[in-house]
Amino acid sequence: MARKRTTITMEVTRFRPGEDSEPTLQSYEVPLRKEWAVLDGLNHIKDHLDGTLSYRWSCRMGICGSCGMTVNGKPQLSCATFLVDYAPGPVRVEPLRNFPVIRDLVVDISDFMTKLPKVKPWLIHEGETPEGEFLQTPQEMDEYKKYSMCINCMLCYSACPVYALEPEFLGPAAIALGQRYNLDSRDDGDRRDVLASAEGVWACTFVGECSTACPKGVDPAGAIQRYKLTAAVAALKDFLLPRGARR
Amino acid sequence: MSAYRQPVSTFWWLHQWSYLLFVLRELSSVFVAWFVVYLLLAVSAIADGPAAYQDFVAWSGGGWVLVLNVVALAFVLLHAVTWFALAPKAMVVPHVPPWVVLVGHYLAWAVLSAAVAWLVLR
Ligand code: SF4
Ligand code: FES
Repeated sequence: MARKRTTITMEVTRFRPGEDSEPTLQSYEVPLRKEWAVLDGLNHIKDHLDGTLSYRWSCRMGICGSCGMTVNGKPQLSCATFLVDYAPGPVRVEPLRNFPVIRDLVVDISDFMTKLPKVKPWLIHEGETPEGEFLQTPQEMDEYKKYSMCINCMLCYSACPVYALEPEFLGPAAIALGQRYNLDSRDDGDRRDVLASAEGVWACTFVGECSTACPKGVDPAGAIQRYKLTAAVAALKDFLLPRGARR
Repeated sequence: MSAYRQPVSTFWWLHQWSYLLFVLRELSSVFVAWFVVYLLLAVSAIADGPAAYQDFVAWSGGGWVLVLNVVALAFVLLHAVTWFALAPKAMVVPHVPPWVVLVGHYLAWAVLSAAVAWLVLR
């Protein structure tokens, strides 16, 4: 009987800015353990094989959203993706697609960071703010709860071909986060100018891969389609109704 | 800073089934447009009298027009099915499960098609 494999080969993207003109792959042999995520493999490399490897991580439990990488071609949280699922290997670990690579597996997400505030991801309340807690029923919370689960991991941007081809696209997570506030019973904000623009929901052609890639069940594709209907109805109202009757 | 911009491969749409489906759906708009043109041609032939209509029918039944229409039908069906699949996501009706919205769309489609068929064939 063949002996069970105890190691797996990880092919990891290496890119040193200023030195390399383009990224290359480097192979490492790491222990194959049942409880090891891809991130544990990377940590093994960093601690024991090659201290120069750069990548981001923090919580290693799917909460911080910093460990997104392309694992065998798919955007994944490397802390929630297990090596055994890729045995016998090799498993290829690359930086998230659609973002510039700063070094090795570290990408630059400043594009998202400039887009996010445009959707005003905070409560905009007209009228008096109640003293103390701003109450809401569980039903009201259910309206937007899944959109609030986003951890800004960027897997959805990495999976989105529209974002790849049109980088001006506001993108899945930013729109889902706009909807998170739009659907909040305590919010009276108007985000239409941004969300209903050509770079907003109308750029989306419903590929649906963002929702497939999302590790938190946010369903940004659903959020976008839903807002398309909202925006279309609002535009129709603008067209048909006199000013006073709108809303 | 000299960050590396990852190029988008020319064949990105072949990398994943969902990407291919998306490109095919985008392409389907061309065939939807063709059906509009075809419908206008049919209307104009009918307006020009029975002889012109017979010519139109003969032209439709032969060669490339038939092939084109079969291909166009396949694309329009793809368009309709994917469009309907999107409907429950866009229309979130309180207290109505998404599948009801989906079935509602197919029912409406069936009823409208039956009405048109009745109008034409009666
Ligand atoms: S929507 Fe999902 S995939 Fe996109 S950034 Fe948020 S958690 Fe990540
Ligand atoms: S390390 Fe925090 S989400 Fe993976």
